[in-house]
Amino acid sequence: MAFNQELEAITQAFSGHGVDEKSLVTILGKWDPQERESFRKNTPHSFIEDHERHFQRCDDHYVRLLKHEFVRFKNAVVLWTMHPWERDARLVKEALKKGPSAYGVLVEVACTRSSEELLGARKAYHSLFDHSIEEDVASHIHGIERKLLVALVSAYRYEGSKVKDDTAKSEAKILSNAIKNVHKKPINEDDEVIRILATRSKLHLQAVYKHYKEISGKNLDEDLDDLRFKETVQCLCTPQIYFSKVLNAALRIDVDKNTKKSLTRVIVTRADIDIKDIKAEYHNLYEVSLPQKVEEVARGNYKDFLLNLIARG
Amino acid sequence: KNFVGWGADGKAIISILGHRNATQRTQIREAYHNLFQEDLIKRLESELSGDFERAMYRWIWEPAEREALLANLALKSADKNYQVIVEISCVLSPEELFVVRRAYHNRYKRSLEEDVAANTTGHLGRARLVSSFRYGGSEINAKLAESEADALHEAIKNKNKGNGEIIRILTTRSKTQLVATFNRYRDDHGIAITKKLSDEGSDEFHKAANLAISCINDHKKYYEKVLRNAMESVGTDEEALTRVIVTRAEKDLKEIKEVYYKRNNVHLEHAVAKETSGDYKKFLLTLMGKED
Repeated sequence: MAFNQELEAITQAFSGHGVDEKSLVTILGKWDPQERESFRKNTPHSFIEDHERHFQRCDDHYVRLLKHEFVRFKNAVVLWTMHPWERDARLVKEALKKGPSAYGVLVEVACTRSSEELLGARKAYHSLFDHSIEEDVASHIHGIERKLLVALVSAYRYEGSKVKDDTAKSEAKILSNAIKNVHKKPINEDDEVIRILATRSKLHLQAVYKHYKEISGKNLDEDLDDLRFKETVQCLCTPQIYFSKVLNAALRIDVDKNTKKSLTRVIVTRADIDIKDIKAEYHNLYEVSLPQKVEEVARGNYKDFLLNLIARG
Repeated sequence: KNFVGWGADGKAIISILGHRNATQRTQIREAYHNLFQEDLIKRLESELSGDFERAMYRWIWEPAEREALLANLALKSADKNYQVIVEISCVLSPEELFVVRRAYHNRYKRSLEEDVAANTTGHLGRARLVSSFRYGGSEINAKLAESEADALHEAIKNKNKGNGEIIRILTTRSKTQLVATFNRYRDDHGIAITKKLSDEGSDEFHKAANLAISCINDHKKYYEKVLRNAMESVGTDEEALTRVIVTRAEKDLKEIKEVYYKRNNVHLEHAVAKETSGDYKKFLLTLMGKED
């Protein structure tokens, strides 16, 4: 390989989710000092030329980036080998620590897991953190999202097939009225909306979703402006669409740290559940296959690991 | 298991079912179904009547199914007896409460919290109570107890605006932590929190909060009071009497009896024998351990 090609390969090895360990080993491993200096000089956003002292020093961002990208595979492995209950408990704890921008994870865990899985997560949380999920959610969150989020993590929804269609119809109407009156009473303060979303079974809510469309012509989540409420409905009623959207947002080269993390989270947590359906929905929405997109954007062991998980089911 | 032709012999029913534990009662129900192709419970319902029937109907179930049944009956009742909901949520251990919630799913094809939430207007406090899965450890965070005792004090003063904080603390903290908080409240503010709450108001919310606190703090003392009130009232409150004796018979009725004796200087059995009669009386006494 000519040096320019090698340079390109190394640049590629570092740009994406994870790192291409093979290229780093074979190419970097054989470069002599001049080639490495050339690499530094040719990568100005990772190495800053100190003209006064005649050397190239690492950019702080580059150092941080490397740390995150090298560890991405390790984090995926750790998350994958963990018991699903511990996994979810830790995801919740981390989200609480991160703050409001991460609260979508709380909605995701509370609404896309089965009732028994969520119960398991609550048990694991007791064991790991000596508190209940709901007590930490209630005491850490002070904003308007508190009511909804506490109610969601506390749910133990009925999972059978019985649904009372007239109740679903009347609750669709309640939601429709609440949404129309949102200027008078914000949706986070509407106990009826929270009651319906946080206590009804998923099948029931899917019936509500259907009736809402018939009443108003729009999808319930589209008509909800509050992000958490929107996510709640998506997770409960159309989880594969929700996950596809999260994946799509994560599968970009230049994306923030937290969004990048959702790639690992979604694939690891859904690999045994509904990754096949998510793949199909992803293809439906974005006209490109999920494995193909991962191939484009991820690197090395991390990429291979994800592709393996995606291939299940 | 030898039921053939016993008809409605109350004494026999009491002596058999009254002395069996939950597993045995379930086995008896199964055996009865295999022998007679009918549900023993339906048979009891048609053969027995009144307080005796109601008591026997509640007794025959396994504990979790029983609590689910009582919760459902409470929600359907005209006077919306929320006392039962609060009792179930606060007296049972977190694990026991979950078993009840599962039993509720199986029997009613809905979740307990969805029925509680749909049946109560206004605050979702009771729904939060039944949804709780409290941490069960014995650790106490003294600093937290102090700050939350203060928070409760402020919240009670704030009237309706403070209800959210009261609900948060009462429905999410572990029981050990809460007991420490209630003690701290009394130490810091010179009055028991239950007294403060009842001074501030006697609406649904204050009553429910007081109930929850009493159950969490000392449920045996709470049950003693329920029993005492049930028998002191003009015309005994059989519903309450049955509920306490039937639900606690397999748990800590013995200790509740001791609390009752200490408080009233009269044995619970004597009080019950005075206020009740017939098969109902005999059945209650059997559950309390007194042989006929």
